[in-house]
Amino acid sequence: MIRIELVKRSQQSRVMSVLSPVIAVALTVIVAGIVFFLQGHNPLEGIWYFFLEPITSLWGIEQLVTKATPLVIIALGLAVCYQSNNWNIGAEGQLTMGAIVGSILPVMFPDFVNPVVLPLMLIMAMIGGALFALIPAQLKIRFGTNEILTSLMLVYCSNLFLDWMVRGPWRSPQGYNFPITVDFHEWAILDGHDFGGVYLNLSALIALILVIVLAVVMRSTLKGFEIRVLGQSPRAGAFAGFNHRRMTLFAFALSGALAGLAGMMVVMTEIQKLQPVISPGYGFTAIIVAFLGRLNPVGILIAGLVIASSYLGGEAIQTSLQMSSKVATVIQGVLLFFVLACDTLILYKVRIVAGRAGEVARA
Amino acid sequence: MTGSDQNKKEALVRRVGGDVPLLEVRNIVKRFGSNTANDDVSLAIMPGEIHALLGENGAGKSTLVKIIYGSLQPNSGSIYWKGKPVTISSPAEARSVGIGMVFQHFSLFESLTVAENIALALPDCKVTDKLSATIARVSESYGLPLDPSAHIVDLSVGERQRVEIVRCLLQNPELIIMDEPTSVLTPQEADQLFITLNRLASEGCAILYISHRLEEVRVLCHHATVMRRAKVVGETDPAEQTVGALAQMMVGSEIARIAREKGKVGPEKVLLKGLSVPSQEAFGVSLKDINLSVRAGEIVAIAGVAGNGQSELFDALSGEEACPKEDMLILDGEAAGFLTINQRRQLGAAFVPEERLGHGAVPALKLSENVVLTRHGTGEGMAKRGFTRFGRAGKVVEAVTHLFDVRKGVNDPEARSLSGGNLQKFVVGREVHRSPGILVVAQPTWGVDAGAAAVIRQSLIDLARKDRAAIIIISQDLDEIFEIADRIAVISRGHLSAAEDADTLTPEKIGLLMAGGAEKKGAAA
Repeated sequence: MIRIELVKRSQQSRVMSVLSPVIAVALTVIVAGIVFFLQGHNPLEGIWYFFLEPITSLWGIEQLVTKATPLVIIALGLAVCYQSNNWNIGAEGQLTMGAIVGSILPVMFPDFVNPVVLPLMLIMAMIGGALFALIPAQLKIRFGTNEILTSLMLVYCSNLFLDWMVRGPWRSPQGYNFPITVDFHEWAILDGHDFGGVYLNLSALIALILVIVLAVVMRSTLKGFEIRVLGQSPRAGAFAGFNHRRMTLFAFALSGALAGLAGMMVVMTEIQKLQPVISPGYGFTAIIVAFLGRLNPVGILIAGLVIASSYLGGEAIQTSLQMSSKVATVIQGVLLFFVLACDTLILYKVRIVAGRAGEVARA
Repeated sequence: MTGSDQNKKEALVRRVGGDVPLLEVRNIVKRFGSNTANDDVSLAIMPGEIHALLGENGAGKSTLVKIIYGSLQPNSGSIYWKGKPVTISSPAEARSVGIGMVFQHFSLFESLTVAENIALALPDCKVTDKLSATIARVSESYGLPLDPSAHIVDLSVGERQRVEIVRCLLQNPELIIMDEPTSVLTPQEADQLFITLNRLASEGCAILYISHRLEEVRVLCHHATVMRRAKVVGETDPAEQTVGALAQMMVGSEIARIAREKGKVGPEKVLLKGLSVPSQEAFGVSLKDINLSVRAGEIVAIAGVAGNGQSELFDALSGEEACPKEDMLILDGEAAGFLTINQRRQLGAAFVPEERLGHGAVPALKLSENVVLTRHGTGEGMAKRGFTRFGRAGKVVEAVTHLFDVRKGVNDPEARSLSGGNLQKFVVGREVHRSPGILVVAQPTWGVDAGAAAVIRQSLIDLARKDRAAIIIISQDLDEIFEIADRIAVISRGHLSAAEDADTLTPEKIGLLMAGGAEKKGAAA
């Protein structure tokens, strides 16, 4: 019998830990080529349309930034959460609840029209997302509930709540019975501004600022230090005078707030009203972004752009090659697989062992 | 002891008679980058022999042991088992050959029970009533009593070691490697362990015994191999050597003797008044009406068998567990029972816990970051306006490295890359460097070689005498306690005996207090 064993490496290569995301992307491109070939397309043509064609036009770059923005913002919060050893899988739900809470102003008070509305909506969305994220956090610190399960299951609650809101109390009277709210007024939406032919809005700038702020927080503030210490060793954290329960609340509140912020900005830019589905799974994809970016803010910025391009690629191959957009999901999954596999190979080496463990030594 | 003498003679006869060694390593070389950890190392262990492996921290003992146990592969050299060449490419292979190991740092899953942890090391990985019964029987018969259904997290360090030993014994090994087995045991427990080991040896099982306690090596071991700076520098029959001669072989020079004279005591710095803390855990120890006063300039040791409330007392002193009443603990005249650990540090207190990795230091963080760990809240500028200052902490690392001779590869390595002794020098040095007015230190020289232990103990004495600090040492090492303590109290099942002058106490008297006498004494005081 042949077995495969993973043996821990005594030393880890620094070069490889930087290169591994690049290798993972390269391997993903190769597998994508194979997928295109098996579907009866020229693999090079498929790779061109999927990975490169979308970013050859200004409009494509605009789309890339628009898609990457929420992914980056959510992943930043999740990275903090994961580094503190709290596993928030429910960013999609926090995104939805944030968007609902923020939308109270334009939907319920359509006559409240002035420049304060937009910042107020963003703040309310952050509070909404944070409060929703605090549910699994409280369950964890009070009852020891597994936060992976509770945060994930709350996603379905929030999605169904949104569905009920737009079909019920918040349905627009002028909407011809479609499950949508009223269109947001002009002070409740984010317009694009022209940057050399590319229309970008405030949300991209906010994402960039957040990248810088979190990079500084994690690297050189006491809070960032606290997050890392408690994530790696709660006992040493207590010895340093840090409180791991408070950290759980902080990490969930922060990641929830950022997810809520991202959700609100998606609604404000792309949809400009509420409807049953407001996100193509940004909250889940951001988990991939966080890990592909090695939980590092700058890495997350790059990873966000890479993953966003796969969304665009999925749309591009639909129109140019008449392939299913589900291919994009497959390729995202392949990418996550290779990222994790490359990480594993940094930490461990693979050995193929023939026969039972003892026989080699006895022979 | 006659039994052991008998074994010793037999082993020597076998050795001289040129029997086939059970295990032989020849010309082992192991390099880590530019650092050579084992340089042409050869060693032979006979069946039924208790073979000591001596050497300072960093001499290459651990590397050699890891190679024998299959967790490291040598760059060159060969291993022979019963005269035949073998390749041991993993610990699993080592176990299937018949080599077992008891680690210094325990490899147990804390959330699992004793029986579950042991089952994991067995081929079928199942916890059965039969297995539990076997564990209870084997552990009892070797004088290492264990409750198979107890959770590891609730066990003391000493009890965890028993699990490791019993787990190893259940695999019927022919060679057992023991890394610092007595460092966490009381004298009585150690004596019991020696009986166990002698019995195993008489049954034909060889033991590779790593220890820094030369006295016990002299009494127990049949043969000793001494390593220094990656090389074997000598082989000897330890019984024919004095402790001083053995130590000199290890370190290559005379060990610095501890300079100690009685100092004058100053004002009271620490006062425990009827400290009672009910246990939070099912198997924890409740602290019961503990009274203790420690003055500036003196060292008070708290002796006791592992698991009698030492960790609970440490937590109550450090503030990791709050005291039930504010005035149960007075630090420097202030009621400190409700203060957090950092508030207590601001009052001039410093703490060194028993576990170096994972409690006293974060393994994957650099030394400078580990300085910030305990000193960010002491007003020394390690953190300012919410920003950390690792640069300043780096200067502390330099100073501690210099003062305590911490040996490390790079300037600011991760804590986990340091050897046990060097990390211990760092975590003690990190606090001593602050010149604290009060120092509480648990197991200051656990698993540390003679040279490093002398440095640490001398620094504690200097801190008390020159800097007028009040020092509480929680230790299970009686030699250490008699070497540096001015007064000694004994903790037993959560009771603390009245602290008595070290000169008036004998090891026998302390042994009586450990065996329960402290409870009556504590109650009477």
